[in-house]
Amino acid sequence: MSKRTIQFSIYRYDPDKDDAPYMQDISVELEPTDRKLLDALTKLKAKDDTIAYRRSCREGVCGSDAMNINGKNGLACLTDIDGLKQPVVLRPLPGLPVIRDLIVDMTQFFKQYHSIKPYLVNNDPAPERERLQSPEDREELNGLYECILCACCSTSCPSFWWNPDKFVGPAGLLAAYRFLADTRDQATNERLDNLEDPYRLFRCHTIMNCVDVCPKGLNPTQAIGKIKDMMVRRAV
Amino acid sequence: MSIPVLKFDAVIVGAGGAGLRSAIQLSEAGLKTAVLSKVFPTRSHTVAAQGGVAASLGNSEEDHWHWHMYDTIKGSDWLGDQDSIEYMCKAANEVVVELEHYGMPFDRTDNGKIYQRPFGGHMSNFGEKPVRRSCAAADRTGHAMLHALYQRNVKANTQFFVEWMALDLIRDAEGAVVGVTAMEMETGQVVIFHSRATIFATGGAGRIFNSSTNAFINTGDGLGMAARAGIPLEDLEFWQFHPTGVAGAGVLITEGVRGEGGILRNSSKERFMERYAPNAKDLASRDVVSRAMATEIKEGRGCGVNKDYILLDITHLDPATIMKRLPGIREIGIQFAGVDCIKEPLPVVPTAHYQMGGIPTNYTGRVVVPKGDDLASVVPGFYAAGECGCASVHGANRLGTNSLLDLLVFGKSAGDSAVEDLKAGKAHRELPQGAAEQSLARISALDNRKGGANVYETGLAMRRCMQDHAGVFRFGDMLKKGVDKILEIEKAAHELEIKDKSMAWNTARTEALELENLIEVAKATMISAEARKESRGAHVRDDAPDTPEFPNGRNDKEWLKHTLFFPQEGNKIVYKPVNMKPLSVETIELKTRSY
Repeated sequence: MSKRTIQFSIYRYDPDKDDAPYMQDISVELEPTDRKLLDALTKLKAKDDTIAYRRSCREGVCGSDAMNINGKNGLACLTDIDGLKQPVVLRPLPGLPVIRDLIVDMTQFFKQYHSIKPYLVNNDPAPERERLQSPEDREELNGLYECILCACCSTSCPSFWWNPDKFVGPAGLLAAYRFLADTRDQATNERLDNLEDPYRLFRCHTIMNCVDVCPKGLNPTQAIGKIKDMMVRRAV
Repeated sequence: MSIPVLKFDAVIVGAGGAGLRSAIQLSEAGLKTAVLSKVFPTRSHTVAAQGGVAASLGNSEEDHWHWHMYDTIKGSDWLGDQDSIEYMCKAANEVVVELEHYGMPFDRTDNGKIYQRPFGGHMSNFGEKPVRRSCAAADRTGHAMLHALYQRNVKANTQFFVEWMALDLIRDAEGAVVGVTAMEMETGQVVIFHSRATIFATGGAGRIFNSSTNAFINTGDGLGMAARAGIPLEDLEFWQFHPTGVAGAGVLITEGVRGEGGILRNSSKERFMERYAPNAKDLASRDVVSRAMATEIKEGRGCGVNKDYILLDITHLDPATIMKRLPGIREIGIQFAGVDCIKEPLPVVPTAHYQMGGIPTNYTGRVVVPKGDDLASVVPGFYAAGECGCASVHGANRLGTNSLLDLLVFGKSAGDSAVEDLKAGKAHRELPQGAAEQSLARISALDNRKGGANVYETGLAMRRCMQDHAGVFRFGDMLKKGVDKILEIEKAAHELEIKDKSMAWNTARTEALELENLIEVAKATMISAEARKESRGAHVRDDAPDTPEFPNGRNDKEWLKHTLFFPQEGNKIVYKPVNMKPLSVETIELKTRSY
């Protein structure tokens, strides 16, 4: 890759000085070593230190730099800059209140995550050694535990846009199934009770935007389907 | 201006592995605890650890904590304190099993136990042959661990202050720590957290180097705060360069790749580690492997057009094994090197990774500093754990998987010590007059300064200076020049200018404050490195070469001692002896190190 200049159109809003949000056109020259969108943002910020966004690990495991990139949610650190149509349009994740620029208020997202009791429940006295789990049982957790809570999925889900306070959303439901699927967890019934509600689980209409955007290649829709199966099986 | 004061029994700064582990102890003991973090807890850099956590569970073959202790001391090039090391290795099984009980999704053996893989420097029977000691969840152990620890804290109702940046440590006239100042990033508001116990778990400062596996947030905030408050920094000349960062990008490739059978090759496809470490080969200690790689590159046997990287080869492994044990590595290779490691070897280079030194503590997690004749006097109310602390278990070189173990063991012990002290102790000590003045002055200077230094440029100058003058191989004259340069850069770092004056989520201000912390660590590193006239572990200099009198350049007669760097006292260095006396077993005697 050579030196090149990339055009951006970035959503800007600073509650301290702006009456309303606006789109800012800005360009930046990149070095051959700049590969990812986050590299470009770092260069942009060196030029204009007022651009605000979250970032940390820069390798797709911390989940900080989720944003809407040319209309699709993704992580800046895992998005190749050169594949993007210009101007690259950057907006905050949709459906959550904007605090500033590309930074959204994630309170509602985490509230839903917390609502599914995201921790192992096992009331047996703790044994001296590890609880045993067969490799096959452990494999059931693959595709579930890897979630990085970036919120790309939930904020691309129309059901979550409409009812962020009532629908748990794909990330929270993926986490719910992660514990339902864990052979060490004993709270299956309570977990299902907690989701048996017209909104919390059943607002998922399998639109599958969540699957389309997940930067870790996870499948919340499938996990939601499995929870629904467990509900049905419990009922009969 | 009156500053709000929030009162807690305990304040924990940092919500990575160490902070979250100590928070569990405090929350479960029913103490009123605040956990402050610059990022949502699961975004802390523990999340990026890959290969595993060490514990001599012996799930696949015989193992013993005493062997682990021996390996850790040898790995530390005998600079580690043997009491702390015994404590850590002995506690390993318990803390790992606890984590499993919290719900951590470890991989499993066929009989359902925690899966363990070999790792560099971990051997059976006092250095005989590699042993399976690293407890792993695929190559996402840190992620699985951090989420499990956060989840346990959700269960324990821990109170988090998410996206709050701690600014300065508050000490009273007697030197006791009585809390911290912190800024809510969303609003820019500064608040005093008044506490009876303050635990630092702020991680490392790997961002002092230009090429680093570390996250943007790893800016040594705890070390900067401690340094400004007159606490010395210990052994900061010792930085680990991880053998396998992705060339160019710096992203970590776990040693677990070599644990699963990966081989390092030079431009003629030679398995060169056989020459440097005939016994452990690719699984020698990290400092040894990084130096071997740097030597191969230096002598013209690097790969690629510019002969500037080494190849990490796993193409001989069964693709099913790669997909099962190293799926994250395959993704990283595709994302950051454009290479599918099932088909082609990965281009890697030694990359700054881990800070062995830090805030001096004992094995109970209490911060200890010189006072009169006592070189390790406890600072009342102050604790540190994880990468920001120096117990010291890693000495001059850390073994892979001992960092996750360190943060569990010392996170827990610091939490337990705080609980013990809080239960024994009385009311809050009074806040000193003007407790927030230093923080407010720093912020106001940033908001008002015109014509100051640019944050990005100054940071870049610091990172390049550290990379050029204090890298894998160090040179006496370069270190001297490095000291001059870093002192120049320090001046700029105290004269920063930002354009962004907003109170709302002002990331320019955060980055400037972070740079003020980073520069403390960079300075301590360069000056301590220049001062240590021997080679030991990760600190290797040309003017302390391998000789019959000083094998590997190590000089135990003069340098078997810890550095304590005092930035507030004219960059003074005081040395304190290494604790060679374990808690219950015999001393592991000094020996020349070879793998």
